[in-house]
Amino acid sequence: MLNFLFRRIAAGIATLVVALFLMYLLVDRAIDPLQDLIESTAPNKQQLIDQRIADLDLDVNVVVRFFQWFGNLLQGDLGIAWRSGRDVNSLLTHAIGSTLELVSAATLLAVVLGVTVGIVSALRQYSAFDYIIIFLSFLLFSLPSFWVAVLLKQWAAIGFNDFLRDPVVAWPVIIGASLLVGLLWSLAIGGTVVRRLQVFAIAAAANIALLAYVQLSGWWDRPHIGPVMLLVLGAGTAFAVVGVFAGLHNRRALWTALTVVVIGVVLYFPMQVVFDSVTESNWLILGLGLLAAASGYVVGRLFGGADWRLSAHVGAAVAVVMGALVFVDQVMQVWGPYFKALSGRPIPTFGDRTPNLGGNYWVQALDSFTHLALPTATLVLIAFASYTRYSRSSMLEVMNQDYIRTARAKGLPERLVIVRHGFRNALIPLATVVPIDVITLIGGAIITEAVFARPGMGQLFVRSLEQAEIEPVMAYLLVTATLAILANIIADIVYATIDPRIRLDA
Amino acid sequence: MSTPMTPPSGSPLDEHVENEIELKEVEGLSQGQIVRRRFFRHKGAILGLIMLGLTTLLALTSVGVGPLPGWWQWTPYETPSVVNAGRPSMSLPTWLGGTGFAIGEHPFGQDEIGRDIFARVMAGVQTSLMVMVVIGTVSAVIGIAVGAASGFLRGRSDTVLMRLTDLVITVPTIVIGAVVGKIAGGVSGLVFAIAMGLILWTTLARLVRGEFLSLREREFVDAARVAGASNMRIIFKHILPNAIGTVIVSVTLLMSSAILLETALSFLGFGVQSPEISLGQLINQYQQAFATRPWLFWWPGLFIVVIALSINFIGDGLRDAFDPRQKRIPSERKMAKAMEADGSAARAITTTVRPADSRNPGTGS
Repeated sequence: MLNFLFRRIAAGIATLVVALFLMYLLVDRAIDPLQDLIESTAPNKQQLIDQRIADLDLDVNVVVRFFQWFGNLLQGDLGIAWRSGRDVNSLLTHAIGSTLELVSAATLLAVVLGVTVGIVSALRQYSAFDYIIIFLSFLLFSLPSFWVAVLLKQWAAIGFNDFLRDPVVAWPVIIGASLLVGLLWSLAIGGTVVRRLQVFAIAAAANIALLAYVQLSGWWDRPHIGPVMLLVLGAGTAFAVVGVFAGLHNRRALWTALTVVVIGVVLYFPMQVVFDSVTESNWLILGLGLLAAASGYVVGRLFGGADWRLSAHVGAAVAVVMGALVFVDQVMQVWGPYFKALSGRPIPTFGDRTPNLGGNYWVQALDSFTHLALPTATLVLIAFASYTRYSRSSMLEVMNQDYIRTARAKGLPERLVIVRHGFRNALIPLATVVPIDVITLIGGAIITEAVFARPGMGQLFVRSLEQAEIEPVMAYLLVTATLAILANIIADIVYATIDPRIRLDA
Repeated sequence: MSTPMTPPSGSPLDEHVENEIELKEVEGLSQGQIVRRRFFRHKGAILGLIMLGLTTLLALTSVGVGPLPGWWQWTPYETPSVVNAGRPSMSLPTWLGGTGFAIGEHPFGQDEIGRDIFARVMAGVQTSLMVMVVIGTVSAVIGIAVGAASGFLRGRSDTVLMRLTDLVITVPTIVIGAVVGKIAGGVSGLVFAIAMGLILWTTLARLVRGEFLSLREREFVDAARVAGASNMRIIFKHILPNAIGTVIVSVTLLMSSAILLETALSFLGFGVQSPEISLGQLINQYQQAFATRPWLFWWPGLFIVVIALSINFIGDGLRDAFDPRQKRIPSERKMAKAMEADGSAARAITTTVRPADSRNPGTGS
C-alpha cells in the first residue's frame, strides 16, 4: 500500500511538473502583456514598452522564465499579479475558499440526489418514471451551463425576490403542484393500481397540507422550523431511514431512531440559549455535528441486540439530520433582520458575500447560503445528470449479477436484496467516479463563477488570462492540476479499499 | 444482461421463448444490417437524426455557405432599421393563442443596431456545427492512432503514449481549452476547432487502447499473423473493425460535449472571435440585454440545446445498436401479445409477476 502510494505520488509530481511546464509555454503564447501599450497613443509609447519588458523579463527566454517561476514556487512564492500589484498567494487563498464552498456544496447535493434518483430509476427499469428520468438526464446533459446560469439569474433570482414581496401562491397552483408531486411519487414507488393510488393520494395530500401551512402561517415572512416541525420532520426522517436501511420490523433500530429524535427535540430548547451565549465558528458547528453523530451512535449501542451496529449507524444518521435541522432553524431565525438589511431582495445574483453586512455568525452563514443558492443550483443541474446515469447503469449491472439471484433465491426480503446486496455494490464504480468528477466541477465552476461574478478561482483564472497576468494563471493551474492528480490517486485507493478484489501492491 | 426486472424465478421455457423472438429478428443478417436495423428502431435516435438534419439544412441554406447566397433576405451583418423595437415578428397560429401563423420580417427579432437575429443564429449554428465536426474528426484520428499504437504495440511505446494522455488529463479540459482557445480563437473558427481536437482525444485514446489490448489476444489476430499479415493490416483490417462500435459511440458523445465546450469557451471570450459568429458568443454578447430584449438570448441557447440533445440521442441509439450484449427487450405488452399469438397468453400474463414482490411496476394492471 505504502509502496504503491509512494510510486503514485512520485509519478504524479513528475506529471505535474511537465504539465506545468507545457502550460507555461502555452499561457505565455496565449497572452500578450504589451497589447494595451502597443494599441495606445501615448507619446512615450516606446519607452513604456521597454519599461514593461524590463519589468516582466519579457526579453528573457520563456523556458528560463519558467524555471525562475518554478524556483520561486519551491520557496512558496507564487509571484505577484503585476497589473494589480497584489500578491498571488493571498489572492489564491481567498479564491480557493470561495470555490471550495461552491464545489463541495454542489458535489454533495448532486451525489445525494443523483444517486438516489438513478437507483430508483434502475429499480423501475422501463417504467414511466425511468423514461422520464432518462429523458431528463439527457436534457440536463445537453444544457449549456452558462445559459442555464443566466436564466436562473434572471428568472429564478429576480422572480423569487419579487415573489417574496408578496408571498402568496394561488390555490390552483398549490393544488396543481401537489398533484404533480403525488404523481411523481406514485410513479417512483410503483406497484399495483391500488397501491399507486394510495401513494398518490397520500403524497398529494401531504404536499397540499405542507404548502397550505406555509401559506397560512405566514411562513415566508418568518421562516423557521421550530420544535413542532422539528418533531414531525425528525420522525419522518427516522421512519424513512429505518424503513430503507433496517426495515420497520427491526424494533431496536426504530426505537433508536425515535429516541434520537426525542433527544433532539428536547435539546432544541437549551441549545437556543447556548447558541445565544457563545460565539460560533465553523469548527464549533462541525464539532457539534460530530458530537450529535457520536451520541446517536451511543444510543444505538445502548439499545443493544445482536445487530447493534445497524441500530448505531441508523442512530448516527438520524442524529446528523436532527443536527442539520437545528442548524437550519438557527440560520432561519436571522432571516427577518437579513431580509430588512438587504431591503427585501435576499437572493443576490453576484458575488459571494454582501459587503459590509456585519452581523453575527448566523447572519454570515445565511448570507453565504443565499449567495451559494443559484451557482450551486447551476452546477447541481449538470452534475446531477451524470450521477443519475452512472448510478442507474451501475445498479442495473449489479441487479443482474448471480449473487442477487442467490439472495432472492434464499428468500431474503426484496428490501435487503436491494439495500445490502444491490446498493452497496452499485456504489463501487461510483466511488471512483466522484473524485474525478469533482475536478470536472472545478472546471465547470469557471463558467458559473463568471456568470455570477463569484470571486473564486475560476474568476481569478479568467480575469488573469484576459489581463495577461501569467502568475495567477499558473497558480490556478498548479492548484487544479494538483487536485486532479490527488483525485486520481484517491480514486484508486478508494477503489482498493471497498473492493477486496483489487490489490494495489500486486 | 439488461433485464433485472424479468422474473428471477422465470422458467427456462420463458427464456427460451424470449430468445426465440430475439433470434428470429436477426436471422440471416450481417452485423452491419443488425446494427442498422437496431438503430432505426431506436425512436429517440431517429428523432435526433431528423432534428439534427433539419437544423443543419436550415442553417446551411438560409444564410448560405461561404460565397453561396442563401434564401433568407438578411445577412448576419446587415443593419436594417429596427422595426417594432426589434421584437420577434413571428407569431403563433391561432389555435396556440397567437394571431395567426406568420414569419414576418424578423422572425427571431433584431438586436439594438437592427441586425437580424435569425440570420445571426443561423450563422452561429453553422460555425458551431463546423467546429463540432472538425473536433470530432481531429480527435477521432488522433485518438484512434494513439490508442491503437499503444494498445497494439504495448511495452515502452504504450507507457510513453499513456503518460502523454495523463499530461493532457491533468488539467480540466475547459482550462486547457481556454488557454489554447485564446491562441487559436483569434485566428479563425477552423483553427480553433483543430486546436480543440488536439486536446480532446484523450478519452477516446484510452477506450481504443482498452479495446485493442483485449482484441489483440483473440484467435483471429493470431490467424491473421500466421497467414503473414503485416502489423498495419492487422490493426486496420482485423482489429479496428471490431472496435468500431466503441469508436463511433464515443466520437458521437465527444461531439456533443465538444459543442458545449465550444459554446462555453466562446461565451467566456476565449473561443470564436467576432466578426465570426458562434452561438456561445451570441449569448455572451446579448446576456446584458436579457431584461429588455430576452429574445436575443433565447434563440442561440435553444439551438445549442437542440443540437446537443439530438447528438446525445443519436449516441444513445448507436450504443444500443452496437452493443451485442444489449439484447433488445420487447416490452411486456409486446411479449404478451407475441405469446398470445403463440397460444400461451395465460402464461405470458402470470409469469411476468414476480411472486415475492408485488411492487413490480406495470404488471398489476
